[in-house]
Amino acid sequence: MDRLSAQESKSIYIIREAYARFPKLAILWSIGKDSTTMLWMCRKAFYGEIPFPVIHIDTGYKFPEMYEFRDRYAKEWGLNLIIGRNEEAIAGGMGPTVGTKLTCCTELKTNALKQLLAGMDLQAIILGIRRDEHGIRAKERYFSPRDEQFQWDYKNQPPELWDQYKSTSEDGTHLRIHPLLHMTELEIWEYVQRERIPISPLYFARNGKRFRSLGCVPCCAPVDSTAATVDDIVTELRTTKVAERSGRAQDKEDAYTMQKLRALGYM
Amino acid sequence: MNRESLRIVIVGHVDHGKSTLIGRLFYDTGSLPPEKMREIERISEDLGHDTELAFLMDHLQEERDQGITIDTAQTFFKTATRDYVIIDAPGHRQFLKNMITGASQAEAALLVVDAEEGVREQTRRHAYLLSLLGLRQLVVAVNKMDTVEFSESRFREVTEELAAFLSGIASASTYMVPISARRGDNVARRSQDLPWYEGPTILEALDRFQPVEPQLRPFRFPVQGIYPRDGTEIVAGRVESGMVRSGDELLVLPSGVRTTVTGVHEFLATPTVLEPGQSGGITVSIAKPARGDMLVALENPPTARTSIPATVFWMSRQPLSLTEPLTFRCTTQEVPCRVARIRRRLDSSTLTVIDEDADTLADTEVAELELETGRPVVVEEHAFLPELGRFVLERGYDVVAGGIVTSLPA
Repeated sequence: MDRLSAQESKSIYIIREAYARFPKLAILWSIGKDSTTMLWMCRKAFYGEIPFPVIHIDTGYKFPEMYEFRDRYAKEWGLNLIIGRNEEAIAGGMGPTVGTKLTCCTELKTNALKQLLAGMDLQAIILGIRRDEHGIRAKERYFSPRDEQFQWDYKNQPPELWDQYKSTSEDGTHLRIHPLLHMTELEIWEYVQRERIPISPLYFARNGKRFRSLGCVPCCAPVDSTAATVDDIVTELRTTKVAERSGRAQDKEDAYTMQKLRALGYM
Repeated sequence: MNRESLRIVIVGHVDHGKSTLIGRLFYDTGSLPPEKMREIERISEDLGHDTELAFLMDHLQEERDQGITIDTAQTFFKTATRDYVIIDAPGHRQFLKNMITGASQAEAALLVVDAEEGVREQTRRHAYLLSLLGLRQLVVAVNKMDTVEFSESRFREVTEELAAFLSGIASASTYMVPISARRGDNVARRSQDLPWYEGPTILEALDRFQPVEPQLRPFRFPVQGIYPRDGTEIVAGRVESGMVRSGDELLVLPSGVRTTVTGVHEFLATPTVLEPGQSGGITVSIAKPARGDMLVALENPPTARTSIPATVFWMSRQPLSLTEPLTFRCTTQEVPCRVARIRRRLDSSTLTVIDEDADTLADTEVAELELETGRPVVVEEHAFLPELGRFVLERGYDVVAGGIVTSLPA
């Protein structure tokens, strides 16, 4: 089996294990390339019908193109789309310039997710993080427990041997499931290319700039690039020395912001 | 373009230089983005160190402040030959479960030994566990050669001492390389200070290893789930070995019912065959398999059994008490079990026998034992088919041990 097929097979295996083990399961869709790729794999894993809800955490600060993309494919792929917003914080004017980026991400993303999960009584959520994105994500397990407060006990993670993943969670806790953990940014794009997966146009260069990683408008900067198609991006990534998340402001605030965010339950 | 990739775990005793070696591999292969290098320099400076390449993997604040590796991490670099996934594993005894987590995902291993300190407790334990986990491709890096004046006789002493613990693993694909990770000697470039050494550098040795391919053994298909679609029931799972086509006759285990494959299914495609390693789906006649069943080829089918001889490594601070209720998990099979008999209880670092016919097993210890499952399960000897020969044991919600199936009675 070629490498991309082997990577896909592993991801699909994990997605199916998650579904078999956790009847109350949902998937998080950020509308970015990774979680869109993961939705595609879910469609393949379950023959076109994703048997659990798809959650979009909306901070209210996303790009208009992202909302358009979300609504179009939610309809085309027949997704059971659920939108989570921390309405109280949004109404209170929370934004990246109000407090620190750590507070803003925690309020509008982590807490929005907390509120939604409490209401839906979920046991597990699937997320599209990858090990090569960030040093902290490189430490993750495929099935990663979070306590009632959403805390990640990164100093005492459970063992994860071969393809045997963490069992049922205790009451009040939930599991984060990471089917794309082993894939690199380049592999995601090679897979997008092979499968012809629709991806948000924000990733493709316009006027010499494109987004490598998508988030909220105020905290997301495009990188210099002329890659205007999926083929161009694959070519670009084979040689680039620029880090994928170089345009993401929350990674830069302090060396350990990402660790702190993730310990608090950030995606 | 589909480049080959290989997963390597880096193990060894604490402070023998695992994280530094990884940093060096990245630095010398140009796999470190300038931005990342600047971040490492800045953090090293903040902590009052020289530039510490170990910070590439040791990303937790606690790891950097204390200068240790707590948890396993994975990262990526490339050579002209292929791409590598590097799995860093902690060297402290109390983080052994994290080391095993890392090693269980690897296809090859790099064991780091400090030339001055020589073979230590975790060096031996890691060497033994690698062999137990079935890793057969190994590079031993005798590190910090600069601290022993690049002495050939010291290198020989260290490698000879280690040889005894590598008997289960050593093969044609074992390399012993004298290096200095801090200076870069014999990592990516040949050292001028080690003229007596004529073997490969670390990178050259790694490039000689082969990816572990899914097996072309008889067809084995553990069922993950049944998905009703368009009036049929798709039996979903991953092919652990062999292949399957429409029309093939299979056995459903443990029931032993015979069935015929009526179709091979993929979303938006019409495949005719499922390959080894592929996650896919089939439809079958008559039988109604369920999750945890195993579909197998008719020739030489495995026997469903309740008694399993195994070697087990214990990973919980709370010791095992003989016959306490546990859960056995192998592929998608999950059944209650007990340890019926502990034949030999071993210290995993010295390999000395602690006890025969033991009634307990403590953290980091290994045992040759007999498992008794509550329902019949389908396993194979690890040496024949690793995918069906390895399992975990759970107590309540927690994995407390890993194991491999040894010789099965016919």
